[in-house]
Amino acid sequence: MQTYLPVAEVSVNAFLLLGLGGIVGILSGMFGVGGGFLITPLLFFIGVPPAVAVATGANQIVASSFSAVLAHFRRRTVDLTMGSVLLVGGLIGSGLGVFVFNYLKSLGQVDLLVRLCYVVFLGIIGGLMFIESLNALRKTRKSAKSTPPRRPSRRLLHALPFKMRFRTSGQYMSVIPPILVGLAVGVLSAIMGVGGGFIMVPAMIYLLGMPTKVVVGTSLFQIIFVTAFTTMLHATTNQTVDIVLAVYLILGGVIGAQFGTQIGLKLKAEQLRVLLAALVLAVCIKLALELLIQPHELYNLSDLGGH
Amino acid sequence: MSFITSPTSGGIEVAGARASWGTVFRTLLAACLLALLLPAPASRAEEVVLGLSTDRVAITTSFDGSEILIFGAVKREAPIQDIPLDVVITVAGPSHPVLVRRKAHRYGIWVNTDAVEVDSAPSFYAVATTGPLKDVLTDTEDLRHRISIGRAIRSVGAPENITDAAHFTEALIRIRRESGLYQELAGKVALDQQTLFRTAISMPADLTEGEYSARIFLTRSGEVVSQYETNINVRKVGMERWLYQLSRQQPILYGLLSLAIAILAGWGASAGFTLLKNR
Repeated sequence: MQTYLPVAEVSVNAFLLLGLGGIVGILSGMFGVGGGFLITPLLFFIGVPPAVAVATGANQIVASSFSAVLAHFRRRTVDLTMGSVLLVGGLIGSGLGVFVFNYLKSLGQVDLLVRLCYVVFLGIIGGLMFIESLNALRKTRKSAKSTPPRRPSRRLLHALPFKMRFRTSGQYMSVIPPILVGLAVGVLSAIMGVGGGFIMVPAMIYLLGMPTKVVVGTSLFQIIFVTAFTTMLHATTNQTVDIVLAVYLILGGVIGAQFGTQIGLKLKAEQLRVLLAALVLAVCIKLALELLIQPHELYNLSDLGGH
Repeated sequence: MSFITSPTSGGIEVAGARASWGTVFRTLLAACLLALLLPAPASRAEEVVLGLSTDRVAITTSFDGSEILIFGAVKREAPIQDIPLDVVITVAGPSHPVLVRRKAHRYGIWVNTDAVEVDSAPSFYAVATTGPLKDVLTDTEDLRHRISIGRAIRSVGAPENITDAAHFTEALIRIRRESGLYQELAGKVALDQQTLFRTAISMPADLTEGEYSARIFLTRSGEVVSQYETNINVRKVGMERWLYQLSRQQPILYGLLSLAIAILAGWGASAGFTLLKNR
């Protein structure tokens, strides 16, 4: 069944869109990532213009994250205090990120920089997570008792001022590290056009030392607001949000997210991390190959009169 | 203006149809001047009478491209001449400037390096003819009326550092041809008894909105003897149009609407699943 997208001005198969939304929804529920790093390239592939893909992807992430975060709320796996602190940093960061993005745009080569950002960040995070979680899996197999996850140096974190109690995460620490994490993720998510869950989740585990179960819900909570902000920004400045496209992706996504949450609760934390790492690495390799292999068509067009 | 665009349709008749005497006088004067300046067209006898299967293309939710039938007849007051007539039909979408970028291998990766702005390229262009374009149209006439795909694109100049600007225009044509936006349909116009002609032009799903111009040229041994031009209106309709306009005119409202849909859908799915589980 073909359907015409009014803002993207292309005609695509509706079931394909539902399927795409569904897959991303499952990931979103399982890992607490918005799935933007996956849906955006997939939308390019089916012929949606990049600007529309980025903006509509953000809108879709709002829906799937909202659906998933409700499921996490029922299980009390959202740290609202931590989420709010991260969000403060995130919103400032994405404002800064948009500024940086427009500056890079004025220099040209913004496409390349976005791609390089993807390859570098996905590569580093995917690689680190993969090695770490494989080691953790091997350890649990050797000795029956599970070893507690390695925490970063506590001394530095405890020395900082403005301490706060994060009850759900079982942490008592300064608000400065989470605000900085939120800020960094906000900048990156505005430049890369994603929610930033794939950076946020590892940062919360490894930098803030939060328990994995709480990390997913809290990350989703923060993502909703950052992507809603991004959607509004795209809708008002570039007018590239396609509601019809969003509705199809959302329909698939919200249902997928519910299944994803169920799957995520059944898997062990280490297994979850190995899977996410493998996925992140796969997307990274795909994007890297596109930069390294000679493209079939060396030329590309951008219409200066339309949108 | 009508004299210049259609020299064969009898300028004075057209002018006479207008209302006030002042206009008639002025047009008559203009016609006389034009008659002095321009040599009389060789054959005024042949004119195009046109039919279109549709003069507007409505883009709806289920829009998946469209086919337009263009048909018509040659009206003449003199007997058919010995040299056979040919028909050239073009359909052009609105023109926009296009930036063509080229990738090159730098520091081990493929990067956009050179860029050339093509000043004006139609978003859609189809040219259908009764025979090979070279045989039915001389190069001079092609240049004058901008008929072939290469001529329909206007590229004034490239930056100084780019010496092979032609490659960029070729790439533009190649890419748009592959996606069905540019079509060269040699021999796809059927001409019966030197009088009745018809062709079908299929337009892809990713059309740009706007006024599309359809031009019909009658040629004899490569020279244009008569031409006719009409418009096809390509518009989004219904919900598609409403959403598109809302996104342009009320972007804040549109953004809030998309967010509201997202939140509602997210909540709905969550509530639905809880209901299913608790049953």
